[in-house]
Amino acid sequence: MSLIQSARRQNEKDRSTPFSVVDWTLTSLRDRALDDQISSIVGMGEKVLDLGCGRGDLLARLRSDHRIRESGVEIDGEAASEAIARGLSVTHGDLEESLASFSDLSWDLVILNQVITVIRDPVAVLRESLRVGRRAVVTFPNFAVFRTRFQLAMRGRLPITPSLPYKWYDTPNIRLVTVKDFRTLCRQMELKIIKEAYVGRAKSGGFKPVSMWPNLRASSALFLLSREEGV
Amino acid sequence: MALGKISPTAPSANPAGSIAHQAQEVCDSVGQVELQHVTFDGPDQVLHLEGGGSLFPVTVAYETYGELSGSMDNAILVCHALSGDAHAAGYYSGDPCEKPGWWDILIGPGKPLDTDRYFVICPNFLGSCYGTTGPTSLDPGTGQPYGISFPFFTIRDMVEVQRWLLDYLKIGTITAVIGGSMGGMQALQWAISYPERVKGVIPIATTSRMSAQGIALNEVGRQAILSDPKWRDGQYPKDDPPARGLAIARMIGHITYLSEDSMHQKFARRFVNGNGRSFSFSRDFQVESYLHHQGDKFVRRFDANTYLYISRAMDYFDLEADHGSLDAAFSVCQSSFLVMSFTSDWLFPARQSAEMVQALRNQGKEVSYCNIESDQGHDAFLLPGHRMGDLVSGFLERLRGGGVP
Repeated sequence: MSLIQSARRQNEKDRSTPFSVVDWTLTSLRDRALDDQISSIVGMGEKVLDLGCGRGDLLARLRSDHRIRESGVEIDGEAASEAIARGLSVTHGDLEESLASFSDLSWDLVILNQVITVIRDPVAVLRESLRVGRRAVVTFPNFAVFRTRFQLAMRGRLPITPSLPYKWYDTPNIRLVTVKDFRTLCRQMELKIIKEAYVGRAKSGGFKPVSMWPNLRASSALFLLSREEGV
Repeated sequence: MALGKISPTAPSANPAGSIAHQAQEVCDSVGQVELQHVTFDGPDQVLHLEGGGSLFPVTVAYETYGELSGSMDNAILVCHALSGDAHAAGYYSGDPCEKPGWWDILIGPGKPLDTDRYFVICPNFLGSCYGTTGPTSLDPGTGQPYGISFPFFTIRDMVEVQRWLLDYLKIGTITAVIGGSMGGMQALQWAISYPERVKGVIPIATTSRMSAQGIALNEVGRQAILSDPKWRDGQYPKDDPPARGLAIARMIGHITYLSEDSMHQKFARRFVNGNGRSFSFSRDFQVESYLHHQGDKFVRRFDANTYLYISRAMDYFDLEADHGSLDAAFSVCQSSFLVMSFTSDWLFPARQSAEMVQALRNQGKEVSYCNIESDQGHDAFLLPGHRMGDLVSGFLERLRGGGVP
């Protein structure tokens, strides 16, 4: 995601400032922590559309894992160039605008990997994703994880964590969501949740799967969705 | 490395580096090349043009770089732009001062159009004045140059002649067709005219239909030529052409190839003579001097009638009108597409490329697109300093079915 990448670039520049508390290695690990889960969802030779594909790390992996027929949309020109240069089929543009030009059910899977919190209209994008795709997989940082709850409750400060690594004034995350809130939205939109998966911080560093109390313990969540009427 | 083995020259890394760089430059050139010709004069080789006219015989000038594989499946067709020619890469002589072909940044061993791997063909298009049949060619009926009696032709006609050339070279399917600006129009036309013969299409800094602004600028250029008294209804002698008119047309062209930014960077308000205003209409500013220089240079290498015809072919390019809609135009395509535009190109702005991409996607075609960051304006596709080459490499690798790093 461009917004994320540009904010991240800026933040990396600021790393030496006393306010910086974020370990960016962890953030990159977070970005990749659910890749295994996503890969396990994808079938051999499927058509996969990654909205907000960045430089195409996930698509490249899915191509080698499952020989998918891929397409990505990426708003950041530098990231889109990078993805095309490595041989991926990617278009440079706004995912919210691009969605309209795909025909109904033209994709087996639509991926919204860590993008739902940075877009203007998540409801429209979810609806459109499940118009053009048979299934959609959505991942997002869970705002209700105990670490952010703690920072807000005890320190009275907006949380800065590897999953939400930005300051309030430079965050690309214009929408904040929790596991419970997302489930509620799916219910309201009459979307079928086929699968949920969660990861939280591991003691060893990095991330590990979480199954119990995900809204409290998961720093990132994954939902596999389809329209109610059928998978 | 043992300390004692450090040679005395080791600290001066720069000279060694620059030698390596020079060696690199020699290595990645296709070297000496030759302009080739083929004349189609067989009994069934009358070229019937979209405008109703016909031509016979038709000669095509072209250059090739690299080797055609045994299975003849490694050809890449390069289409040039308005004032271009078949000399896309390499050198004609051993003269170190000679400028290489116009797309030498892209074509050569190890370059994006890798001549160790691909057989690259660049034909001069129909109606040009660089060897392929055009208004300066001799009309076999009169023994005189066609001049203004040359029949009108279109982008589709150019592609038809290029197809003849591929047939002559016994090449069935091409790996890719690539071109910028008017060359991109030909690439798009290829994907539509011969969908089964093209695996990849790379239209750069182009459009699926000439815009009103583009037609307007072309028309001013044409009027400059037509209103030059030396144009003489197109019957000018070779040694006394409408040079003023053609130079003005080129000056207008050159403005459209640059961006406001790149003009500012190149010239700002700098004066030719440091002391400034002359209070006359002579060339005070460097930008004026540049445009005049470009105009004068062009007159020495290009023909005025040819300019009229080619710019007209460009104006008439409209895939939407040809097929009813852009979606319908692309519906027949079987190729993968890599569309590229440049952020500062105002002659063929990104929006026009985005429209193409949208129509291709509507039709479920495989398409990659990038609006490449550049302040060089329309001319960016001819210049180094941006990601175009990397994208071409990645796209071609993809067509070969290579793995993704």
